Amino acid sequence: MGVEKFLFYVFVLIAVFASLGVIGSRNPVRSALFLVLAFVATAGVWLLLQAEFLGIVLILVYVGAVMVLFLFVIMMLDINLTPLKEGFARYLPIGIVVALVVLAEMAMVLNPTFFGLQNFPSPVALAVTDSNTKMLGQLLFTEYLFAFELAAVLLLLSIVAAIVLTLRRRHQSEALYQDVGVQVRVQASDRLTMVKMAPTVKANAPEQGAE
Amino acid sequence: MIAALKRQLKTWTLWELFQGLAITGKYLFKSKITVLYPEEKTPMSPRFRGKHALRRYANGEERCIACKLCEAVCPANAITIESEARDDGSRRTTVYDIDLFKCIYCGFCEEACPVDAIVETRVYEYAFEPGEIHVMNKDMLLAHGDKMEAQIAADRAADAKYR
Amino acid sequence: MFESLQLFLAQWVPDSIATVLVILVQAAMVIVPLMLAVAYLTYAERKVIGYMQIRLGPNRVGPGGWLQPIADALKLLMKEVIIPSKSNVYLFVIAPVLAIAPAIAVWAVVPFADGVVVADINAGLLYILAISSIGVYGVVVAGWASNSKYAFLGALRSSAQKVSYEIAMGFALVTVIMTAGSMNLTEIVNGQQGGMLSWYWIPLLPMFVVYFIAGVAETNRAPFDVAEGESEIVAGFHVDYSGMTFAVFFLAEYAMMILISFLTAIMFMGGWLSPFEGIPGLETLFSFVPAFVWIALKVSFLLFVFLWFRATFPRYRYDQIMRLGWKIFIPLTILWVFVVGVMAYFKVAPWFVNGGVA
Repeated sequence: MGVEKFLFYVFVLIAVFASLGVIGSRNPVRSALFLVLAFVATAGVWLLLQAEFLGIVLILVYVGAVMVLFLFVIMMLDINLTPLKEGFARYLPIGIVVALVVLAEMAMVLNPTFFGLQNFPSPVALAVTDSNTKMLGQLLFTEYLFAFELAAVLLLLSIVAAIVLTLRRRHQSEALYQDVGVQVRVQASDRLTMVKMAPTVKANAPEQGAE
Repeated sequence: MIAALKRQLKTWTLWELFQGLAITGKYLFKSKITVLYPEEKTPMSPRFRGKHALRRYANGEERCIACKLCEAVCPANAITIESEARDDGSRRTTVYDIDLFKCIYCGFCEEACPVDAIVETRVYEYAFEPGEIHVMNKDMLLAHGDKMEAQIAADRAADAKYR
Repeated sequence: MFESLQLFLAQWVPDSIATVLVILVQAAMVIVPLMLAVAYLTYAERKVIGYMQIRLGPNRVGPGGWLQPIADALKLLMKEVIIPSKSNVYLFVIAPVLAIAPAIAVWAVVPFADGVVVADINAGLLYILAISSIGVYGVVVAGWASNSKYAFLGALRSSAQKVSYEIAMGFALVTVIMTAGSMNLTEIVNGQQGGMLSWYWIPLLPMFVVYFIAGVAETNRAPFDVAEGESEIVAGFHVDYSGMTFAVFFLAEYAMMILISFLTAIMFMGGWLSPFEGIPGLETLFSFVPAFVWIALKVSFLLFVFLWFRATFPRYRYDQIMRLGWKIFIPLTILWVFVVGVMAYFKVAPWFVNGGVA
């Protein structure tokens, strides 16, 4: 067994273990962390497939950003899992049936007739100097430019939509609304005036009989 | 208009941040004020109030006449005095204890003393651990006074004209 | 050197094991100096900040205080590791590991001189970005597993801040990649040959500033250290950590600081290239200086700036941090991507001639 094969099995075993952990953990935070582990293991597998760009981007986007925000939300929610798991035994038979149906469907589609090794000749091994990123970029910006731009517009749309949905104007009350920009732009000269004064001022002689 | 432009320029060149950095940068090269304690010591006033001492007259007679003014004035009740007539008929203390844990070093005892017997010296390098004896008795006070007499006398003389 | 070592080892053990052993040796050669650098960075920090506050800083342990970091490390090793009874023990213990592992793993692709690098991979910059983004888990998990409100607040602050500044950082890196036409760090440095004026800091000056400031925010250093904020939330995510577990967080933070300085030096300040290249008299005068010294000097200067910032600026308010990240840095970086695109199209000399987008 070569080193590559050995690493492949290591990553795959970790991925399977982590995936089971995702659905098996009692604690939602642990589930999320197991999902992170699954992503990392998958990225390892992709690296072995010489798709280093995709593998790294998987970690960068999913592990580094998406799951962090996910975890962020889960940690604050403090979900109580006991009521969620109440009907577990009752629905188990239906669940097993559904699982079997899905398995059967997948077996029908993903069987060797369509996805066998004879349909997928092993890819040409890349030279060390070949840059995965460059190849991907060239493909995206020539052959698949339209689809790529379409996806970009779609993402932009979702960003704009999300911002519009959450944007609230609170100008009604001065106390509630702070404009950080204005606060930051304040300079010392706006609020502070330096006054030159003589250190001592000669007092006038008190009037006679003032007291 | 010009002012607004100037302001924008200041913002984008991070002018004020650089000003701040310049100040700390300048201080980096200033001479340091740290006093390396055991090797170096800060100058001290002759009025410094440190460890207590009981003084004697030049002929060796102890000054304290057991008037108990110090005991009365002590705001922390740190001083305990018992007195008795000595063989020659003069009133002297038999017990003169100062509890250094209670003492707040206010110097009132020194002010109250009519014969300049109890004084506070410039000795400040002493320490006790819990369980150690932290009460100075008469012998210790007198011994300390004998040891420091030269400095005590010089300090009183230096301060005399302000009293 | 490593080839001969591998051949030497292969006489006794199988080839694959020899490879692993060589990699371990290489890793140790990076990690040991790194840990030493971290130790002495803490000493430098205390000294520099002390000097800026007209104090002397540590000067008692060893001559001039030089053994202070060793004493600190020993103290932390001896101290008891306290695990809060209501904490999630497993995650509590694993959190420091999650913090230190990425901080060490990124060093695999950082070149110290031409060709002196553990793994000279094509997507080096991308790898660094990806691995350092994992570092946030250490903080988040630590904050949550401690089961303490202060720690949790620190974790939330830190995670939101790191994710936000990573975007600006990523865009700043995009401009570097566009200028150099490569994601390999060695090639980025080699694209800057030709003296101080052909380093990338001139065409990418705003990005240089943005990247470094984002780096300060990314490492949770002052003035962006709200995740620790001792005056607001005690010590943030590591309130409940003591002894060695705390030390590991500390190591991770400082290792990341050194990394950010290294990357800034490599991408904007010509890495190990001499600043006097192309200047007739000085070039030959300084030609005896090894490449490693130049990068070490640049990195030391940037680390000094880190400490200088800490001694100078008061802590940001949290919403101001977020505003700076999202409303200033990200638009600025996106704008500069276009500017760099234009400059690359017209092949502005000397920066866009060597590398540049093909």
